[in-house]
Amino acid sequence: MNVQQLMIDLIGQAAANVFSTMLDSQLGAPEASIEKGMPEVNDGIVSFIGLAGAWAGTGSVVCSPEVACRVCSRMLMTETTSVDADVLDAVAELTNMIVGSVKNDLEPHLGTLGLSIPTVVFGRNFRTKSAGAADWVVVRFPWEGDVLQVKLFLAPTERAPHAVAHMMGQTCPLEV
Amino acid sequence: MESDVLVVDDSAAIRKILQRVLRQTGMAIRKIHEAGDGQEALEVMKSQSIHLVLTDINMPKMDGIQLLGALKSSPQWHKIPVVMITTEGGETKVGEAVRLGAAGYVRKPFTADQIKEKLAGILDPALPV
Repeated sequence: MNVQQLMIDLIGQAAANVFSTMLDSQLGAPEASIEKGMPEVNDGIVSFIGLAGAWAGTGSVVCSPEVACRVCSRMLMTETTSVDADVLDAVAELTNMIVGSVKNDLEPHLGTLGLSIPTVVFGRNFRTKSAGAADWVVVRFPWEGDVLQVKLFLAPTERAPHAVAHMMGQTCPLEV
Repeated sequence: MESDVLVVDDSAAIRKILQRVLRQTGMAIRKIHEAGDGQEALEVMKSQSIHLVLTDINMPKMDGIQLLGALKSSPQWHKIPVVMITTEGGETKVGEAVRLGAAGYVRKPFTADQIKEKLAGILDPALPV
């Protein structure tokens, strides 16, 4: 089993489910890619949530302020036109639900994972860098003329049973 | 009799959504109280007469499992139904919540109907929770 393809599939399912359930809206067909963990310039909103356990890494949602305001408006059923505490909170919760769902569905394959409290950044011309991150799974969703990205980086820790299996030269179904 | 409900979640967005859903359930609610973590929730419990608690699990300071443990070990509050509403789906935390005496569990993302059905089951002892 290819872990990155599994992450792509689960992100697609989780994001579609969160948008239909909490926002009563449908995302467009996702496009996935693998990106190197280079620092990148950001404008808009980036949220992060940490994952730890047998595998460790970070989940992230990236979107424009306009998309964030629309997420908040749909989630809270209020009209929101500028980025305020409610908008940042809505994006944090969106991240928590999408990455949390992916985490739950990955656990049967990767072992128990813990989820941190999400952090949201809003600004212009800022760079983000996750220590240790190599390849990110990036899934872009078209949504009402805009784009929302969900990113995930996960790598096995020394506690991962399959990492031990690989080190010992044993058979392991996971392709890392 | 009208009930006082306590909603515990570090996300203000989720607290607002649950406020709206609770108002739509048809429950006789006197007041919905809010707390951002387990510690705040216990402070509210001390000063208010709460009949039902809806709580997230992953929260800063004191999480939902710790809050549930504190409530269920209290002679004053152990009979109050506590419903876990959380992203956590892992058997470890859900199993722990069940062992500690949670009345129900709803996984985020949730629909208003899922919350209503769960609360109906808890408020009507004949229905499974």
